[in-house]
Amino acid sequence: MRVVEKNQLMAAAEIDRTLSRLAHEIVERNGGTAGLSLIGIRRRGVPLSQRLARAIQAMDGSVVPVGTLDITLYRDDLSLVAAQPIVHSTDIPFSVDDQVLVLIDDVLYTGRTIRAAMNGLFDLGRPKRIELCVLIDRGHRELPIEATFVGRHVQTSDTEIIEVRLDEIDHEDRVMLVERVP
Amino acid sequence: MLLIKNGRVLDPASKTDAVLDVLLDGDRIAQVAPGINAPGAEVLDASGLIVAPGFTDLHCHLREPGEDFKETIETGTRAAARGGFTTVCCMPNTKPVNDNASVTRGILERAAAGASVRVWPIGAASLGSKGEALAEIAAMKSAGIVAVSDDGRPIASAKLLRQVMDYCNSLGLPVIDHCEDTSLVGGGVMREGPTSMRMGLRGIPACAESIAVSRGVQIAELTGGHFHVAHLSCRESLEHVRAARADGLRVTCEVTPHHFTLTDELITTYDTRFKMNPPLASRSDRDALIAGLADGSVDCIATDHAPHDAASKDVEFDKAPFGIIGFETALALALGKLVHTNRISLMRMIELFTTGPARILGIKRAVAAGAAADLTLFSTTHQWTFRAADSASKSRNTPFDGAAFTGGPMATIVAGKIVWKR
Amino acid sequence: MSCRFHHLLGIEPLTREDISFILEQSRPFQEIQSHPLKKLATLRGKTVALAFFESSTRTRISFGTAASRLGADSMNLQAESSSLRKGESLIDTVKTLDAMKPDCIVMRHSSSGAPHFVQQHLQIPVINAGDGTHEHPTQALLDAITILDRKGRLDHLNVTIIGDILHSRVARSNIQLLGKFGAHFTLCGPAMWLPSELETLAPLGSSIRRVSNIEDAVRDADVVMVLRVQQERLHEPALPLDDYILLYQLTPERLRLAPSHAIVMHPGPMIRGLEIDPVVADCPQSCVLEQVTNGLAVRMALLFLLIGGPHDESKEALHAAD
Repeated sequence: MRVVEKNQLMAAAEIDRTLSRLAHEIVERNGGTAGLSLIGIRRRGVPLSQRLARAIQAMDGSVVPVGTLDITLYRDDLSLVAAQPIVHSTDIPFSVDDQVLVLIDDVLYTGRTIRAAMNGLFDLGRPKRIELCVLIDRGHRELPIEATFVGRHVQTSDTEIIEVRLDEIDHEDRVMLVERVP
Repeated sequence: MLLIKNGRVLDPASKTDAVLDVLLDGDRIAQVAPGINAPGAEVLDASGLIVAPGFTDLHCHLREPGEDFKETIETGTRAAARGGFTTVCCMPNTKPVNDNASVTRGILERAAAGASVRVWPIGAASLGSKGEALAEIAAMKSAGIVAVSDDGRPIASAKLLRQVMDYCNSLGLPVIDHCEDTSLVGGGVMREGPTSMRMGLRGIPACAESIAVSRGVQIAELTGGHFHVAHLSCRESLEHVRAARADGLRVTCEVTPHHFTLTDELITTYDTRFKMNPPLASRSDRDALIAGLADGSVDCIATDHAPHDAASKDVEFDKAPFGIIGFETALALALGKLVHTNRISLMRMIELFTTGPARILGIKRAVAAGAAADLTLFSTTHQWTFRAADSASKSRNTPFDGAAFTGGPMATIVAGKIVWKR
Repeated sequence: MSCRFHHLLGIEPLTREDISFILEQSRPFQEIQSHPLKKLATLRGKTVALAFFESSTRTRISFGTAASRLGADSMNLQAESSSLRKGESLIDTVKTLDAMKPDCIVMRHSSSGAPHFVQQHLQIPVINAGDGTHEHPTQALLDAITILDRKGRLDHLNVTIIGDILHSRVARSNIQLLGKFGAHFTLCGPAMWLPSELETLAPLGSSIRRVSNIEDAVRDADVVMVLRVQQERLHEPALPLDDYILLYQLTPERLRLAPSHAIVMHPGPMIRGLEIDPVVADCPQSCVLEQVTNGLAVRMALLFLLIGGPHDESKEALHAAD
């Protein structure tokens, strides 16, 4: 199987603009940054959460704690995946108790990743509230989960894949719609 | 009558090495000469084959009576015939132990009824091989034993060994000792060395054998009896034998094919097919044994054929019984490891299987008119693969399963009859 | 790097990369030990068979807890109640366990090589939790992660091991593991437990020296491992306990001869006043309790690696090749 690019959904500048809008929305909805923390879901949620934290700091000077969550151990499809899953560290260097946690991920699809992430967070304590921020919502939910903050909604078919490429990992910033070709 | 045509007769007794015909009449050899014409005789074409005196195995376990799920006299001797042996000497550690004339007679009756080759029992030295009281050695001798041994274990004490040696000397029997200082063995399951250390398996030091050989040599000196070292496996033991012989003592020894072929380094997977006693030794010991086979210090090759059923070997390494089957691979291993490598001559190898063991038993082996019509025909070039599953033995415990060989037995003739032919 | 093995039978067949991979994979599980909620559902529905043919408390509890924290169930076979005592062969016992469809088997056995033997008869992963006097791979892995935490490295350490080296599977596995990282070992103990063949165990790039005097043995140590004195072994050859204490007990005075950064480890169970002085056992250099906690992390990681992913036929069996 191979994939072919169908079209580009976002260029670098568009990603920047979207993140700065999302940063505003997060602060606005929570009435400031008190008690607010960002949790990036590995892998591409991690650079996104760091960029959002920088955007918030640029906005009002406040430093929002950022943590990293690895959901491997909470996945419900481990026996279905193709290769041996690798566990990475979860790195949340602050207490989640009574915090407002904003989970950050690149693409919201079935909702299963977010379910796994919430389970992971509950093992660390009892957050006051969990919100969800994604760059792309592509639909096709399999669980009753919705994002609080969405960069862009994209209509997709289930043979299509949203590929988010970020400079920190992929050495370029862009979002593409690609299609699986048998 | 059976006429064996055009074989290369190799006879250590007469030093014959020539293409000759051999005519057998009943259980005797009638004539050995070129171009024999014998109208009416059955003809066996031996072109390209070696014709040797029948091979004798001085050391095997046929498990009957008592453990016929491992082997019987019938299956064991069928395997022996396929290995080119015309005579096998079976150790007394059966159930019951062959420590009296009635067990000896029972073995011989079973052999007469169903054995493919000659079976010569070895009697126990002590009652039940327990190392306490002397067995009925004279009565067993009249019944047919050819030697005594408490094999499976050493003759328990130096005092008992002295008695047995004195007694057997008067009866004209060799005493075969499984040389092992059991206090040094202490539950060991392989040779002590780097491999036992690495595998975490309890080791048996080489001196557990050589100390016992030294004991036997000194008792041989004290009594003047004939002391034979069973399955000698290490250099120090061989040196004791050499020194004893230099002193004119009647001390002889045998080496098994697996000890001149394999080493303890092969025990890397806890495969119980490599577990035997004495254990596989170091490379330098193995090389010393080959040197001893070449220079005449070793008297004969004996198989120590020790069949075990699959269930008893399919266990943890330290719980498995010692021993491997050996009849069908002995000659091929000797050819491959000793002759094809030019370590010994073909004649010397034949000696190790024929006149060597015969001398220990005080008998003759020859391809000559008037001699017993027991012959081993083998090839030095035939390519074949040994498959344990195809063995005539009831057991499959061998590390040589799947081994490819050049040369091996082709036909075995006992008392003038072809008992096996490839 | 992915998990290229299907079993864990020993450290010897592992490469440095395999070991580093297992240790890396243990890190997330190490964090979990400090979570308020330690129980995951990762291996929900999986079953781990704990077959301890030789009695053990701590290793069995550690594996059982590791399985439970991953959400797996465990089935327990213990030496005391084992059918082995009724004469059943190991292979029949293990096949019976296997027929209850566990996803892996963790076994301890008094025969060296027993897990290697069992592995040939089973399809499921086999984890060696100690075989005879051969290996105890999870102990070496938990020791390694403890050393990494304390010393920040595994490379080229001076490691002193004190006690009955000859009969110690912990020593063998540690020599294999740290040896692959270039350790220089000093083995110290009564001469009859310190045969010269021990020196042949050193992996390429490492070295082993034998020292009979404990004061000399600890002098340059980065790590001092004190082995348990197995009293049952004192019978062969008979060694008076008082002699052992006099010559080989790790006392504060002796530890002071080691560099101050040296750490003290013990695989447990530890007998204070025998192989180790109570003051040493509780001193800041001692990491015996960290070892226990790290044991959980390493065992969780291994269970996750061996049964957490897809069933993969292509995984290589990590036993010495035939």
